Amino acid sequence: MRHRLEPLAWLGPAVALIAVVVLWPIVALVRTSMQNITPIGVTIGSAGVANFTKLLHDPNLPGILVRTVIWVVAVVAITMVLSLGLAQLFNQRFPGRRVTRWALIAPWAASVMMTALIFRWMLQPDNGAINIFLHQIGLLRQFNSNQSSWLGRPDSAFAWMIGVAVFVSLPFTTYTLLAGLQVIPGELSEAARIDGASWWRGYRSITLPLLRPAFVVAAVINLMNVFNSFPIIWEMTRGGPGYQTNTTTVFMYNLKESFIGEAAAMSIVNFLLIIVIVLAYLRVSNWGRAGAA
Amino acid sequence: MAARVAAARPRPARPAPARAGRGRRARRLPAVRTAVIAAAAYLIAAIFLLPYLEMLVTALRPQRELLDRDYLPHHWAWSNLTGMWGSGFGVTSSLRVSLEVAGGATILVTLVALPAAYYTARHRFRGRWAFLILVLATQMLQPTALIVGIYQEFLSFHLIDTVWALVLVNAGFNMAFAIWIMNAYFSSIPAEIEEAAMVDGSGRMGVLLRVTLPLAAPGLVTALIFTFIAAWNEFIAALTLTTSNSAIPLTVRLDSFIGQYTVDWQHLFGASLVATIPVVILFALIERRVVGGLTAGSIR
Repeated sequence: MRHRLEPLAWLGPAVALIAVVVLWPIVALVRTSMQNITPIGVTIGSAGVANFTKLLHDPNLPGILVRTVIWVVAVVAITMVLSLGLAQLFNQRFPGRRVTRWALIAPWAASVMMTALIFRWMLQPDNGAINIFLHQIGLLRQFNSNQSSWLGRPDSAFAWMIGVAVFVSLPFTTYTLLAGLQVIPGELSEAARIDGASWWRGYRSITLPLLRPAFVVAAVINLMNVFNSFPIIWEMTRGGPGYQTNTTTVFMYNLKESFIGEAAAMSIVNFLLIIVIVLAYLRVSNWGRAGAA
Repeated sequence: MAARVAAARPRPARPAPARAGRGRRARRLPAVRTAVIAAAAYLIAAIFLLPYLEMLVTALRPQRELLDRDYLPHHWAWSNLTGMWGSGFGVTSSLRVSLEVAGGATILVTLVALPAAYYTARHRFRGRWAFLILVLATQMLQPTALIVGIYQEFLSFHLIDTVWALVLVNAGFNMAFAIWIMNAYFSSIPAEIEEAAMVDGSGRMGVLLRVTLPLAAPGLVTALIFTFIAAWNEFIAALTLTTSNSAIPLTVRLDSFIGQYTVDWQHLFGASLVATIPVVILFALIERRVVGGLTAGSIR
């Protein structure tokens, strides 16, 4: 006979850890967002909703919100389309497949901030490897020019950072789609081919629909990672020039340096957006139906 | 479904280039097709490795060649790899902090996730669903969104600039992965095996240690390696919670290089290389099982 409190003994440590690292910070975050705290960390008193009004009237906010949407949509869309192709390719049989798959792991296993740093280095205006290459193929006219300082102009900096975000996202999404492809019986597309269907036709009518669950899971987890992404922008531009390459996540961190109350308000907005994403995820995943599990 | 496809119109006249194996005419094609596929895969693999090769090349570039416009240096400065450990850079002390954080988080995750994964795999009880959804929520949330709250919390606990703060944060946000993957392994081990061992006179704990754990070892190892790598690479919590020279891990140390007047890129990437190579090798060991742990929450 089991005691009613027995689960507590087994799950207690895990619950305690979640309480300390996740639940308590949520409470602290909400409190901070409603406090008036000076840049040196002295709490003067309650701020009511002043931090939120200040945030909403920040002249930089509209641009940052638009950029965040572009960031998330562009990175996730490009990543998912490319990884569909990559998964298809790496699902084929060819000599050395295992080794090439290992190469794909590198950006996943390596620290994202270090990957961002190496891209920053390769984009140095004067002698970065990418600029040397662009010069050789004739796309770059002059070193140390306005054109070659990709990270100095907000638009080109943002485009390059989207590229780096795609680069570090691809391994996870590709591997997830590969796992999805492996459970699709080969006989299905075989049968379609014998029946005379074109490769594309078979892919669209058989593979893609069966791949949908893996695709959705990969896309939502990627969406979450991309929305929360901080190291890429931080290492490549620090969000600059000005606030012109900030997303809401980077903006929150920049605010934290001097206006912690407003940073907390920004975090709450981010947090609510994440909750929306989580709920959407639970809906599309099996949890939506698993209430009794 | 095949029947529906068969009823479709005949295929378009112009075949896609990557297509092969159609009918008798295409007998000879598989070899060509395989060669094309392999070539494309090798090219993509090379592209994925290029930034890390550049990391290696820069780590071995002599200081005076840092401004050269060449892919490769004229001399290879192997001495960079010893020079970067000099006390002026702090790489040695930060490497130690990173090891402590990653090791500590891995141990803590094992201690809390193992019993939880085992119990939820073996028993149905009130609150099981609530617990699992709480775990999933921690996996979806990342330290980033909560970082201001985490900072305020550890400030009030006087844990800023300590290894403990980073151990707790990393353990908390990586526990979910460990629970999913170990839960899957425990669930796949029939309870009868444990019962049989118990009949033979072993206690519950004895059975768990001598029978169940060895069978679940692949899951456990995957969870350990994954947690270690995630904590090793973690950046934003470390950047926020540690500031003093003796408490910052390697990621934050490298970040601090960037703000300096002259960046010692060769040492920066030498240290990056040291931080990257072991985790890529470790990751390759668990590669097949990682996707399962990351997506298992959704297929429960």
